[in-house]
Amino acid sequence: MNRLTLFGAGIILILALVAIFAPFVAPYDPGAIDVEDALLRPQASHLFGTDLLGRDIFSRMVYASRIALSIGIIAVGIATLLGIMLGSIAGYFGGKIDSVIMRFTDIMLCFPSFFLMLSVVAIVGPSIFNIMIIIGLTSWMGVARLLRAEVLSLKTREFVLASRALGAGDFYIIVRHLIPNGIGPVLVSFVFGIAGAILTEAGLSFLGLGVQPPHPSWGNILMEGKAVMGVGWWVIVFPGIAILVTVLAFNLLGEGVRDALNPRLRRR
Amino acid sequence: MLRYITKRILQLIPVLIGITIISFIVIHLAPGKPTDMASQLNPKVSQEAREQLEKIYGLDKPIYIQYISWIKKVATFDFGRSFVDGRPAIKKILERMPITVLINVLSIILIFFVAIPLGIKSAVRRGSVFDKTSTVFVFIMFAAPGFWLALLLMSFFGVKLGWVPVSGIASLDFENFSILGKILNVGHHLILPVLVASLGSLAGISRYMRQSMLNVIHQDYIRTAWAKGLGEKDILYKHALKNALLPIITIIGLSIPGLLSGSVIFETVFNIPGMGRLMVEAVFSRDYNVVMCGLVISALLTLLGNLIADVAYSYADPRIRYGR
Repeated sequence: MNRLTLFGAGIILILALVAIFAPFVAPYDPGAIDVEDALLRPQASHLFGTDLLGRDIFSRMVYASRIALSIGIIAVGIATLLGIMLGSIAGYFGGKIDSVIMRFTDIMLCFPSFFLMLSVVAIVGPSIFNIMIIIGLTSWMGVARLLRAEVLSLKTREFVLASRALGAGDFYIIVRHLIPNGIGPVLVSFVFGIAGAILTEAGLSFLGLGVQPPHPSWGNILMEGKAVMGVGWWVIVFPGIAILVTVLAFNLLGEGVRDALNPRLRRR
Repeated sequence: MLRYITKRILQLIPVLIGITIISFIVIHLAPGKPTDMASQLNPKVSQEAREQLEKIYGLDKPIYIQYISWIKKVATFDFGRSFVDGRPAIKKILERMPITVLINVLSIILIFFVAIPLGIKSAVRRGSVFDKTSTVFVFIMFAAPGFWLALLLMSFFGVKLGWVPVSGIASLDFENFSILGKILNVGHHLILPVLVASLGSLAGISRYMRQSMLNVIHQDYIRTAWAKGLGEKDILYKHALKNALLPIITIIGLSIPGLLSGSVIFETVFNIPGMGRLMVEAVFSRDYNVVMCGLVISALLTLLGNLIADVAYSYADPRIRYGR
Protein backbone atom coordinates (compact mmCIF):
# COMPACT_ATOMS: atom_id res chain seq x y z
CA MET A 1 0.00 0.00 0.00
CA ASN A 2 1.04 3.41 -0.95
CA ARG A 3 1.81 6.01 1.73
CA LEU A 4 -0.75 8.47 0.42
CA THR A 5 -3.47 5.81 0.50
CA LEU A 6 -2.63 5.05 4.11
CA PHE A 7 -2.73 8.77 4.88
CA GLY A 8 -6.20 8.99 3.33
CA ALA A 9 -7.41 5.90 5.18
CA GLY A 10 -5.95 7.25 8.43
CA ILE A 11 -7.79 10.55 8.11
CA ILE A 12 -11.05 8.76 7.36
CA LEU A 13 -10.58 6.53 10.40
CA ILE A 14 -9.94 9.52 12.67
CA LEU A 15 -12.93 11.29 11.21
CA ALA A 16 -15.15 8.26 11.72
CA LEU A 17 -14.03 8.02 15.36
CA VAL A 18 -14.68 11.74 15.88
CA ALA A 19 -18.13 11.38 14.36
CA ILE A 20 -19.04 8.32 16.44
CA PHE A 21 -17.75 9.76 19.70
CA ALA A 22 -18.82 13.33 18.96
CA PRO A 23 -20.34 13.96 22.41
CA PHE A 24 -17.01 13.04 24.03
CA VAL A 25 -14.82 14.92 21.55
CA ALA A 26 -16.75 18.17 21.45
CA PRO A 27 -15.94 20.38 24.45
CA TYR A 28 -19.23 22.30 24.19
CA ASP A 29 -22.82 21.74 23.19
CA PRO A 30 -22.87 22.62 19.47
CA GLY A 31 -26.08 24.60 19.87
CA ALA A 32 -25.14 26.44 23.07
CA ILE A 33 -25.55 30.15 22.40
CA ASP A 34 -23.49 32.56 24.45
CA VAL A 35 -23.73 36.07 23.08
CA GLU A 36 -21.09 37.34 25.52
CA ASP A 37 -18.53 35.12 23.77
CA ALA A 38 -19.49 36.04 20.19
CA LEU A 39 -16.77 35.95 17.52
CA LEU A 40 -13.91 35.02 19.84
CA ARG A 41 -10.58 34.36 18.11
CA PRO A 42 -9.19 30.83 18.21
CA GLN A 43 -7.77 30.29 21.70
CA ALA A 44 -7.20 27.54 24.22
CA SER A 45 -10.82 27.50 25.42
CA HIS A 46 -12.26 27.76 21.91
CA LEU A 47 -9.87 25.92 19.58
CA PHE A 48 -11.37 27.30 16.35
CA GLY A 49 -13.01 30.37 17.84
CA THR A 50 -16.72 31.12 18.15
CA ASP A 51 -19.35 32.31 15.69
CA LEU A 52 -21.66 35.31 15.77
CA LEU A 53 -23.92 33.64 18.34
CA GLY A 54 -20.97 32.63 20.51
CA ARG A 55 -21.23 28.95 19.62
CA ASP A 56 -17.99 26.96 19.70
CA ILE A 57 -16.98 26.32 16.08
CA PHE A 58 -14.88 23.27 16.88
CA SER A 59 -17.81 21.57 18.62
CA ARG A 60 -20.13 22.45 15.76
CA MET A 61 -17.65 21.02 13.26
CA VAL A 62 -17.33 17.81 15.27
CA TYR A 63 -21.10 17.30 15.15
CA ALA A 64 -21.16 18.33 11.49
CA SER A 65 -18.76 15.49 10.66
CA ARG A 66 -21.56 13.08 11.62
CA ILE A 67 -23.84 14.65 9.05
CA ALA A 68 -21.18 14.85 6.34
CA LEU A 69 -20.16 11.20 6.71
CA SER A 70 -23.66 9.80 7.04
CA ILE A 71 -24.96 11.77 4.07
CA GLY A 72 -21.90 10.78 2.06
CA ILE A 73 -22.18 7.08 2.81
CA ILE A 74 -25.96 6.70 2.63
CA ALA A 75 -26.39 8.85 -0.50
CA VAL A 76 -23.65 7.00 -2.34
CA GLY A 77 -25.02 3.69 -1.01
CA ILE A 78 -28.39 4.48 -2.61
CA ALA A 79 -26.71 5.58 -5.85
CA THR A 80 -24.53 2.47 -5.94
CA LEU A 81 -27.42 0.07 -5.32
CA LEU A 82 -29.49 1.72 -8.04
CA GLY A 83 -26.54 1.76 -10.41
CA ILE A 84 -25.77 -1.90 -9.76
CA MET A 85 -29.38 -2.91 -10.37
CA LEU A 86 -29.86 -0.91 -13.55
CA GLY A 87 -26.37 -1.57 -14.92
CA SER A 88 -26.46 -5.32 -14.42
CA ILE A 89 -29.97 -5.66 -15.84
CA ALA A 90 -29.04 -3.55 -18.88
CA GLY A 91 -25.82 -5.45 -19.50
CA TYR A 92 -27.24 -8.92 -18.92
CA PHE A 93 -30.49 -8.74 -20.86
CA GLY A 94 -29.25 -6.43 -23.63
CA GLY A 95 -31.54 -5.54 -26.53
CA LYS A 96 -34.56 -3.31 -25.83
CA ILE A 97 -34.17 -3.37 -22.04
CA ASP A 98 -30.56 -2.26 -22.42
CA SER A 99 -31.35 0.57 -24.79
CA VAL A 100 -34.20 1.87 -22.64
CA ILE A 101 -32.08 1.85 -19.47
CA MET A 102 -29.06 3.40 -21.14
CA ARG A 103 -31.13 6.10 -22.83
CA PHE A 104 -32.61 6.92 -19.45
CA THR A 105 -29.05 7.13 -18.08
CA ASP A 106 -28.00 9.48 -20.88
CA ILE A 107 -31.00 11.70 -20.25
CA MET A 108 -30.29 11.88 -16.52
CA LEU A 109 -26.73 12.94 -17.37
CA CYS A 110 -28.07 15.92 -19.35
CA PHE A 111 -29.32 17.64 -16.23
CA PRO A 112 -26.78 19.81 -14.45
CA SER A 113 -26.95 18.06 -11.07
CA PHE A 114 -27.48 21.19 -9.00
CA PHE A 115 -30.41 22.33 -11.12
CA LEU A 116 -32.03 18.91 -10.76
CA MET A 117 -31.39 18.72 -7.03
CA LEU A 118 -32.64 22.25 -6.41
CA SER A 119 -35.82 21.50 -8.33
CA VAL A 120 -36.47 18.47 -6.16
CA VAL A 121 -35.66 20.45 -3.01
CA ALA A 122 -38.18 23.07 -4.14
CA ILE A 123 -40.88 20.40 -4.11
CA VAL A 124 -40.01 18.16 -1.17
CA GLY A 125 -38.23 20.71 0.99
CA PRO A 126 -34.72 20.54 2.45
CA SER A 127 -33.89 18.12 5.27
CA ILE A 128 -31.04 15.74 6.05
CA PHE A 129 -33.14 12.75 5.00
CA ASN A 130 -34.28 14.38 1.75
CA ILE A 131 -30.75 15.45 0.85
CA MET A 132 -29.49 11.86 1.19
CA ILE A 133 -32.23 10.57 -1.09
CA ILE A 134 -31.86 13.39 -3.60
CA ILE A 135 -28.09 13.00 -3.94
CA GLY A 136 -28.55 9.23 -4.21
CA LEU A 137 -31.21 9.43 -6.90
CA THR A 138 -29.21 11.86 -9.03
CA SER A 139 -25.78 10.22 -8.98
CA TRP A 140 -26.21 6.55 -9.93
CA MET A 141 -25.48 6.99 -13.63
CA GLY A 142 -21.72 6.44 -13.52
CA VAL A 143 -22.11 3.19 -11.58
CA ALA A 144 -24.76 1.91 -14.00
CA ARG A 145 -22.46 2.53 -16.95
CA LEU A 146 -19.47 0.92 -15.24
CA LEU A 147 -21.29 -2.22 -14.19
CA ARG A 148 -23.02 -2.58 -17.54
CA ALA A 149 -19.64 -2.56 -19.28
CA GLU A 150 -18.31 -5.16 -16.84
CA VAL A 151 -21.36 -7.39 -17.23
CA LEU A 152 -21.20 -7.16 -21.00
CA SER A 153 -17.69 -8.57 -21.00
CA LEU A 154 -18.32 -11.12 -18.22
CA LYS A 155 -21.57 -12.64 -19.45
CA THR A 156 -19.97 -14.47 -22.37
CA ARG A 157 -17.25 -16.04 -20.24
CA GLU A 158 -17.20 -19.81 -19.80
CA PHE A 159 -17.99 -19.90 -16.09
CA VAL A 160 -21.24 -18.11 -16.78
CA LEU A 161 -22.08 -20.54 -19.56
CA ALA A 162 -21.20 -23.43 -17.25
CA SER A 163 -23.45 -22.07 -14.56
CA ARG A 164 -26.29 -21.70 -17.01
CA ALA A 165 -25.72 -25.25 -18.28
CA LEU A 166 -26.12 -26.42 -14.69
CA GLY A 167 -29.56 -24.83 -14.69
CA ALA A 168 -28.91 -21.52 -13.00
CA GLY A 169 -31.54 -18.83 -13.60
CA ASP A 170 -30.95 -15.26 -14.74
CA PHE A 171 -31.31 -13.80 -11.26
CA TYR A 172 -28.86 -16.31 -9.79
CA ILE A 173 -26.29 -15.65 -12.52
CA ILE A 174 -26.53 -11.89 -12.11
CA VAL A 175 -26.38 -11.89 -8.33
CA ARG A 176 -23.92 -14.72 -7.73
CA HIS A 177 -21.60 -14.43 -10.72
CA LEU A 178 -21.80 -11.18 -12.62
CA ILE A 179 -22.12 -8.62 -9.84
CA PRO A 180 -19.39 -10.09 -7.58
CA ASN A 181 -16.98 -10.34 -10.51
CA GLY A 182 -17.72 -6.91 -11.88
CA ILE A 183 -17.85 -5.05 -8.56
CA GLY A 184 -14.22 -3.82 -8.61
CA PRO A 185 -14.66 -0.57 -10.54
CA VAL A 186 -17.90 0.05 -8.64
CA LEU A 187 -15.98 -0.10 -5.36
CA VAL A 188 -13.59 2.54 -6.66
CA SER A 189 -16.45 4.76 -7.72
CA PHE A 190 -18.10 4.23 -4.31
CA VAL A 191 -15.11 5.77 -2.57
CA PHE A 192 -14.81 8.67 -5.04
CA GLY A 193 -18.58 9.08 -4.87
CA ILE A 194 -18.48 9.73 -1.12
CA ALA A 195 -16.05 12.58 -1.74
CA GLY A 196 -18.39 14.02 -4.36
CA ALA A 197 -21.47 13.65 -2.17
CA ILE A 198 -19.78 15.43 0.73
CA LEU A 199 -18.95 18.34 -1.60
CA THR A 200 -22.51 18.39 -2.91
CA GLU A 201 -24.01 18.38 0.57
CA ALA A 202 -21.69 21.22 1.58
CA GLY A 203 -22.71 23.19 -1.51
CA LEU A 204 -26.43 22.70 -0.93
CA SER A 205 -26.14 23.56 2.75
CA PHE A 206 -24.08 26.61 1.86
CA LEU A 207 -26.93 27.81 -0.35
CA GLY A 208 -29.27 27.28 2.58
CA LEU A 209 -31.07 24.49 0.74
CA GLY A 210 -29.37 21.51 2.35
CA VAL A 211 -28.99 20.69 6.02
CA GLN A 212 -31.06 23.25 7.91
CA PRO A 213 -30.02 25.09 11.04
CA PRO A 214 -29.91 24.38 13.95
CA HIS A 215 -28.27 21.14 12.72
CA PRO A 216 -24.63 22.07 12.16
CA SER A 217 -23.15 21.14 8.77
CA TRP A 218 -19.82 22.29 7.37
CA GLY A 219 -21.72 23.93 4.55
CA ASN A 220 -24.17 25.83 6.70
CA ILE A 221 -21.47 26.95 9.15
CA LEU A 222 -19.81 28.51 6.10
CA MET A 223 -23.09 30.05 5.01
CA GLU A 224 -23.54 31.68 8.40
CA GLY A 225 -19.87 32.64 8.44
CA LYS A 226 -20.04 34.42 5.11
CA ALA A 227 -21.84 37.36 6.70
CA VAL A 228 -19.12 37.90 9.29
CA MET A 229 -16.05 36.80 7.37
CA GLY A 230 -14.70 40.36 7.30
CA VAL A 231 -14.56 40.37 11.10
CA GLY A 232 -13.75 36.75 11.83
CA TRP A 233 -11.67 34.83 9.30
CA TRP A 234 -11.77 31.73 11.50
CA VAL A 235 -15.48 31.25 10.93
CA ILE A 236 -14.93 30.47 7.24
CA VAL A 237 -11.40 29.04 7.26
CA PHE A 238 -11.77 25.97 9.50
CA PRO A 239 -14.97 24.39 8.12
CA GLY A 240 -13.56 24.78 4.61
CA ILE A 241 -10.36 23.01 5.62
CA ALA A 242 -12.45 20.22 7.15
CA ILE A 243 -14.27 19.69 3.86
CA LEU A 244 -11.05 19.87 1.86
CA VAL A 245 -9.19 17.38 4.03
CA THR A 246 -12.12 14.94 4.13
CA VAL A 247 -12.67 15.02 0.38
CA LEU A 248 -8.92 14.76 -0.23
CA ALA A 249 -8.75 11.71 2.06
CA PHE A 250 -11.55 9.92 0.20
CA ASN A 251 -9.96 10.77 -3.15
CA LEU A 252 -6.57 9.42 -2.03
CA LEU A 253 -8.20 6.25 -0.72
CA GLY A 254 -10.09 5.91 -4.00
CA GLU A 255 -6.87 6.15 -6.01
CA GLY A 256 -5.33 3.53 -3.73
CA VAL A 257 -8.25 1.13 -4.13
CA ARG A 258 -8.12 1.57 -7.88
CA ASP A 259 -4.43 0.75 -8.04
CA ALA A 260 -4.84 -2.17 -5.67
CA LEU A 261 -7.56 -3.69 -7.84
CA ASN A 262 -5.52 -3.28 -11.00
CA PRO A 263 -2.15 -4.97 -10.55
CA ARG A 264 -1.23 -4.42 -14.18
CA LEU A 265 -1.54 -0.69 -13.82
CA ARG A 266 1.87 0.85 -13.46
CA ARG A 267 1.67 4.26 -11.87
CA ARG A 268 2.40 6.67 -14.62
CA MET B 1 -20.16 17.27 -42.20
CA LEU B 2 -23.65 18.70 -42.65
CA ARG B 3 -25.08 15.20 -42.79
CA TYR B 4 -23.34 14.31 -39.57
CA ILE B 5 -24.71 17.40 -37.82
CA THR B 6 -28.25 16.71 -39.05
CA LYS B 7 -27.98 13.13 -37.85
CA ARG B 8 -26.81 14.23 -34.42
CA ILE B 9 -29.64 16.76 -34.14
CA LEU B 10 -32.24 14.13 -35.05
CA GLN B 11 -30.80 11.83 -32.39
CA LEU B 12 -31.45 14.55 -29.84
CA ILE B 13 -35.23 14.38 -30.24
CA PRO B 14 -35.80 11.34 -27.97
CA VAL B 15 -33.42 12.86 -25.43
CA LEU B 16 -35.43 16.08 -25.49
CA ILE B 17 -38.63 14.16 -24.85
CA GLY B 18 -36.90 12.30 -22.02
CA ILE B 19 -35.81 15.57 -20.45
CA THR B 20 -39.37 16.87 -20.40
CA ILE B 21 -40.65 13.59 -18.93
CA ILE B 22 -38.15 13.67 -16.08
CA SER B 23 -38.85 17.34 -15.41
CA PHE B 24 -42.55 16.53 -15.36
CA ILE B 25 -41.97 13.69 -12.89
CA VAL B 26 -40.03 16.04 -10.62
CA ILE B 27 -42.99 18.39 -10.25
CA HIS B 28 -45.19 15.41 -9.42
CA LEU B 29 -42.87 14.15 -6.70
CA ALA B 30 -44.82 15.83 -3.98
CA PRO B 31 -47.17 13.52 -2.15
CA GLY B 32 -50.62 14.47 -3.44
CA LYS B 33 -50.92 17.42 -5.73
CA PRO B 34 -48.10 19.90 -5.99
CA THR B 35 -50.74 22.52 -5.34
CA ASP B 36 -51.43 21.09 -1.89
CA MET B 37 -47.81 21.53 -0.92
CA ALA B 38 -47.63 24.87 -2.60
CA SER B 39 -50.71 26.43 -1.23
CA GLN B 40 -52.10 24.91 1.91
CA LEU B 41 -48.79 24.51 3.69
CA ASN B 42 -47.21 27.62 2.29
CA PRO B 43 -48.94 30.90 2.98
CA LYS B 44 -46.66 32.61 0.45
CA VAL B 45 -48.57 31.02 -2.42
CA SER B 46 -51.83 32.77 -3.09
CA GLN B 47 -55.17 31.38 -4.21
CA GLU B 48 -54.50 32.84 -7.63
CA ALA B 49 -51.18 31.02 -7.95
CA ARG B 50 -52.82 27.76 -6.94
CA GLU B 51 -55.44 28.09 -9.64
CA GLN B 52 -52.69 28.86 -12.13
CA LEU B 53 -50.80 25.71 -11.16
CA GLU B 54 -53.96 23.64 -11.50
CA LYS B 55 -54.56 25.12 -14.91
CA ILE B 56 -51.04 24.63 -16.24
CA TYR B 57 -50.73 21.04 -15.07
CA GLY B 58 -54.42 20.16 -15.45
CA LEU B 59 -54.23 18.46 -12.09
CA ASP B 60 -57.70 16.99 -12.15
CA LYS B 61 -56.98 14.92 -15.29
CA PRO B 62 -55.12 11.59 -15.66
CA ILE B 63 -51.35 11.91 -15.56
CA TYR B 64 -50.58 11.21 -19.23
CA ILE B 65 -53.10 13.78 -20.34
CA GLN B 66 -51.53 16.22 -17.90
CA TYR B 67 -48.16 15.52 -19.49
CA ILE B 68 -49.44 15.97 -23.03
CA SER B 69 -51.12 19.27 -22.28
CA TRP B 70 -48.01 20.45 -20.43
CA ILE B 71 -45.64 19.44 -23.23
CA LYS B 72 -47.79 21.28 -25.78
CA LYS B 73 -47.22 24.48 -23.84
CA VAL B 74 -43.53 23.73 -23.28
CA ALA B 75 -43.03 23.19 -27.01
CA THR B 76 -43.88 26.86 -27.48
CA PHE B 77 -41.70 27.74 -24.47
CA ASP B 78 -44.73 28.58 -22.36
CA PHE B 79 -43.79 27.59 -18.82
CA GLY B 80 -46.47 29.71 -17.20
CA ARG B 81 -45.91 32.81 -15.11
CA SER B 82 -43.73 33.44 -12.13
CA PHE B 83 -45.69 33.44 -8.85
CA VAL B 84 -43.50 36.22 -7.56
CA ASP B 85 -44.03 38.97 -10.11
CA GLY B 86 -46.43 37.45 -12.63
CA ARG B 87 -44.02 37.68 -15.56
CA PRO B 88 -43.59 34.72 -17.95
CA ALA B 89 -41.08 32.27 -16.44
CA ILE B 90 -39.22 31.84 -19.72
CA LYS B 91 -38.64 35.60 -19.96
CA LYS B 92 -37.12 35.68 -16.51
CA ILE B 93 -34.80 32.79 -17.35
CA LEU B 94 -33.77 34.16 -20.76
CA GLU B 95 -32.93 37.54 -19.23
CA ARG B 96 -30.57 35.87 -16.82
CA MET B 97 -29.06 33.41 -19.29
CA PRO B 98 -26.51 35.56 -21.21
CA ILE B 99 -24.35 36.33 -18.19
CA THR B 100 -24.34 32.68 -17.09
CA VAL B 101 -23.40 31.52 -20.58
CA LEU B 102 -20.73 34.23 -20.82
CA ILE B 103 -19.09 33.14 -17.56
CA ASN B 104 -19.19 29.50 -18.61
CA VAL B 105 -17.73 30.18 -22.05
CA LEU B 106 -14.95 32.29 -20.54
CA SER B 107 -14.27 29.50 -18.03
CA ILE B 108 -14.04 26.93 -20.81
CA ILE B 109 -11.59 29.15 -22.70
CA LEU B 110 -9.51 29.61 -19.55
CA ILE B 111 -9.59 25.87 -18.86
CA PHE B 112 -8.51 25.16 -22.42
CA PHE B 113 -5.55 27.52 -22.35
CA VAL B 114 -4.32 26.64 -18.87
CA ALA B 115 -5.17 22.97 -18.36
CA ILE B 116 -3.80 21.78 -21.69
CA PRO B 117 -0.30 23.29 -21.45
CA LEU B 118 -0.21 22.20 -17.79
CA GLY B 119 -1.11 18.63 -18.71
CA ILE B 120 1.38 18.50 -21.58
CA LYS B 121 4.18 19.81 -19.44
CA SER B 122 3.42 17.32 -16.65
CA ALA B 123 3.34 14.46 -19.14
CA VAL B 124 6.54 15.41 -20.91
CA ARG B 125 8.44 16.07 -17.71
CA ARG B 126 6.92 13.13 -15.88
CA GLY B 127 8.29 12.72 -12.37
CA SER B 128 9.89 16.16 -12.37
CA VAL B 129 9.38 18.71 -9.63
CA PHE B 130 6.94 20.50 -11.94
CA ASP B 131 4.91 17.34 -12.44
CA LYS B 132 4.82 16.59 -8.73
CA THR B 133 3.87 20.13 -7.74
CA SER B 134 1.11 20.28 -10.32
CA THR B 135 -0.18 16.88 -9.19
CA VAL B 136 -0.43 18.10 -5.60
CA PHE B 137 -2.08 21.32 -6.77
CA VAL B 138 -4.59 19.37 -8.85
CA PHE B 139 -5.47 17.07 -5.95
CA ILE B 140 -6.09 19.98 -3.64
CA MET B 141 -8.16 21.90 -6.19
CA PHE B 142 -10.17 18.78 -6.78
CA ALA B 143 -10.99 18.44 -3.09
CA ALA B 144 -11.60 22.10 -2.25
CA PRO B 145 -15.22 23.20 -2.31
CA GLY B 146 -15.53 25.89 -4.98
CA PHE B 147 -17.65 28.21 -2.88
CA TRP B 148 -15.07 28.12 -0.11
CA LEU B 149 -12.28 29.07 -2.51
CA ALA B 150 -14.57 31.82 -3.74
CA LEU B 151 -15.00 33.14 -0.21
CA LEU B 152 -11.25 33.03 0.48
CA LEU B 153 -10.28 34.71 -2.79
CA MET B 154 -13.03 37.24 -2.30
CA SER B 155 -11.92 38.21 1.19
CA PHE B 156 -8.24 38.30 0.19
CA PHE B 157 -8.14 39.89 -3.28
CA GLY B 158 -11.42 41.72 -2.98
CA VAL B 159 -11.73 42.94 0.60
CA LYS B 160 -8.16 42.96 1.91
CA LEU B 161 -6.20 44.03 -1.18
CA GLY B 162 -9.09 45.70 -2.97
CA TRP B 163 -7.84 44.61 -6.40
CA VAL B 164 -11.12 43.28 -7.71
CA PRO B 165 -14.77 43.98 -7.00
CA VAL B 166 -16.48 41.33 -4.90
CA SER B 167 -20.07 41.59 -5.95
CA GLY B 168 -22.26 42.09 -9.01
CA ILE B 169 -21.20 42.39 -12.64
CA ALA B 170 -20.86 46.14 -13.08
CA SER B 171 -20.15 49.29 -11.07
CA LEU B 172 -22.90 51.62 -9.93
CA ASP B 173 -21.84 54.37 -12.35
CA PHE B 174 -21.74 51.85 -15.22
CA GLU B 175 -24.02 53.93 -17.46
CA ASN B 176 -21.52 56.80 -17.64
CA PHE B 177 -18.70 54.68 -19.08
CA SER B 178 -17.67 54.55 -22.76
CA ILE B 179 -18.15 51.24 -24.57
CA LEU B 180 -14.56 50.21 -23.91
CA GLY B 181 -14.93 51.32 -20.32
CA LYS B 182 -18.05 49.18 -19.97
CA ILE B 183 -16.30 46.11 -21.31
CA LEU B 184 -13.34 46.66 -19.01
CA ASN B 185 -15.64 47.23 -16.07
CA VAL B 186 -17.57 44.00 -16.61
CA GLY B 187 -14.29 42.17 -17.28
CA HIS B 188 -12.92 43.46 -14.00
CA HIS B 189 -15.99 42.18 -12.17
CA LEU B 190 -15.80 38.81 -13.85
CA ILE B 191 -12.16 37.99 -13.02
CA LEU B 192 -12.88 36.24 -9.72
CA PRO B 193 -16.09 34.44 -10.76
CA VAL B 194 -14.50 33.04 -13.93
CA LEU B 195 -11.37 32.02 -12.05
CA VAL B 196 -13.34 30.25 -9.34
CA ALA B 197 -15.73 28.64 -11.81
CA SER B 198 -12.85 27.13 -13.75
CA LEU B 199 -10.57 25.95 -10.93
CA GLY B 200 -12.26 22.60 -10.30
CA SER B 201 -12.58 21.58 -13.95
CA LEU B 202 -9.17 22.99 -14.66
CA ALA B 203 -7.66 20.56 -12.21
CA GLY B 204 -9.54 17.60 -13.64
CA ILE B 205 -8.91 18.40 -17.27
CA SER B 206 -5.18 19.01 -16.83
CA ARG B 207 -5.11 15.55 -15.26
CA TYR B 208 -6.87 14.00 -18.25
CA MET B 209 -4.61 15.90 -20.62
CA ARG B 210 -1.56 14.52 -18.84
CA GLN B 211 -2.88 10.98 -19.10
CA SER B 212 -3.92 11.41 -22.72
CA MET B 213 -0.53 12.83 -23.67
CA LEU B 214 1.22 9.98 -21.85
CA ASN B 215 -0.83 7.46 -23.81
CA VAL B 216 0.10 9.09 -27.08
CA ILE B 217 3.82 9.64 -26.57
CA HIS B 218 4.35 5.92 -26.04
CA GLN B 219 2.89 5.01 -29.41
CA ASP B 220 4.90 3.71 -32.34
CA TYR B 221 4.40 6.65 -34.63
CA ILE B 222 5.95 8.95 -32.08
CA ARG B 223 8.93 6.64 -31.78
CA THR B 224 9.17 6.76 -35.58
CA ALA B 225 9.17 10.53 -35.45
CA TRP B 226 12.00 10.48 -32.91
CA ALA B 227 13.89 7.97 -35.07
CA LYS B 228 13.51 10.23 -38.08
CA GLY B 229 15.36 12.85 -36.08
CA LEU B 230 12.56 15.39 -35.77
CA GLY B 231 12.92 18.04 -33.12
CA GLU B 232 11.18 17.71 -29.75
CA LYS B 233 8.90 20.68 -30.44
CA ASP B 234 7.66 19.23 -33.73
CA ILE B 235 7.06 15.82 -32.25
CA LEU B 236 5.22 17.02 -29.16
CA TYR B 237 3.20 19.89 -30.53
CA LYS B 238 2.54 18.71 -34.08
CA HIS B 239 2.44 14.93 -33.97
CA ALA B 240 1.47 14.04 -30.43
CA LEU B 241 -0.76 16.95 -29.45
CA LYS B 242 -3.29 16.43 -32.24
CA ASN B 243 -4.15 12.93 -31.10
CA ALA B 244 -3.87 13.70 -27.41
CA LEU B 245 -6.38 16.54 -27.74
CA LEU B 246 -9.17 14.35 -29.13
CA PRO B 247 -10.40 12.85 -25.85
CA ILE B 248 -10.10 16.25 -24.20
CA ILE B 249 -12.74 17.70 -26.53
CA THR B 250 -15.19 15.07 -25.33
CA ILE B 251 -14.25 15.61 -21.71
CA ILE B 252 -14.75 19.36 -21.94
CA GLY B 253 -18.15 18.64 -23.49
CA LEU B 254 -18.97 16.31 -20.60
CA SER B 255 -17.90 18.90 -18.04
CA ILE B 256 -20.58 21.38 -19.16
CA PRO B 257 -23.29 20.17 -16.75
CA GLY B 258 -20.76 20.45 -13.92
CA LEU B 259 -19.88 24.00 -14.92
CA LEU B 260 -23.54 24.97 -15.06
CA SER B 261 -24.09 23.40 -11.64
CA GLY B 262 -21.21 25.52 -10.41
CA SER B 263 -22.96 28.65 -11.68
CA VAL B 264 -25.65 28.13 -9.06
CA ILE B 265 -23.08 28.51 -6.32
CA PHE B 266 -20.75 31.14 -7.78
CA GLU B 267 -23.55 33.41 -8.86
CA THR B 268 -24.91 33.29 -5.33
CA VAL B 269 -21.52 33.96 -3.75
CA PHE B 270 -20.59 36.80 -6.10
CA ASN B 271 -24.11 38.16 -6.33
CA ILE B 272 -24.26 37.80 -10.11
CA PRO B 273 -27.75 38.09 -11.60
CA GLY B 274 -27.55 34.89 -13.66
CA MET B 275 -29.66 31.79 -14.16
CA GLY B 276 -28.13 29.97 -11.21
CA ARG B 277 -29.02 32.65 -8.72
CA LEU B 278 -32.49 32.99 -10.17
CA MET B 279 -32.89 29.25 -9.64
CA VAL B 280 -31.94 29.56 -5.96
CA GLU B 281 -34.28 32.53 -5.50
CA ALA B 282 -37.08 30.60 -7.20
CA VAL B 283 -36.54 27.58 -4.94
CA PHE B 284 -36.68 29.78 -1.85
CA SER B 285 -39.92 31.40 -2.94
CA ARG B 286 -41.37 28.08 -4.20
CA ASP B 287 -41.81 29.63 -7.62
CA TYR B 288 -42.47 26.28 -9.33
CA ASN B 289 -42.92 27.57 -12.86
CA VAL B 290 -39.57 29.32 -12.85
CA VAL B 291 -37.90 26.29 -11.25
CA MET B 292 -39.28 23.95 -13.94
CA CYS B 293 -38.32 26.37 -16.69
CA GLY B 294 -34.79 26.66 -15.28
CA LEU B 295 -34.48 22.89 -15.05
CA VAL B 296 -35.55 22.30 -18.66
CA ILE B 297 -33.43 25.17 -20.03
CA SER B 298 -30.33 24.05 -18.12
CA ALA B 299 -30.67 20.59 -19.66
CA LEU B 300 -31.12 22.16 -23.11
CA LEU B 301 -27.95 24.19 -22.62
CA THR B 302 -26.11 21.00 -21.71
CA LEU B 303 -27.42 19.29 -24.82
CA LEU B 304 -26.33 22.23 -26.94
CA GLY B 305 -22.87 22.17 -25.35
CA ASN B 306 -22.55 18.45 -26.01
CA LEU B 307 -23.66 18.93 -29.58
CA ILE B 308 -20.97 21.57 -30.12
CA ALA B 309 -18.39 19.26 -28.57
CA ASP B 310 -19.49 16.40 -30.85
CA VAL B 311 -19.29 18.58 -33.93
CA ALA B 312 -15.86 19.85 -32.89
CA TYR B 313 -14.78 16.24 -32.36
CA SER B 314 -16.01 15.15 -35.76
CA TYR B 315 -14.21 18.12 -37.27
CA ALA B 316 -10.99 17.08 -35.57
CA ASP B 317 -11.37 13.37 -36.29
CA PRO B 318 -12.55 12.48 -39.80
CA ARG B 319 -13.12 8.85 -38.76
CA ILE B 320 -16.21 9.99 -36.86
CA ARG B 321 -17.66 11.90 -39.81
CA TYR B 322 -17.34 9.17 -42.36
CA GLY B 323 -17.49 6.07 -40.18
CA ARG B 324 -20.67 4.25 -39.24
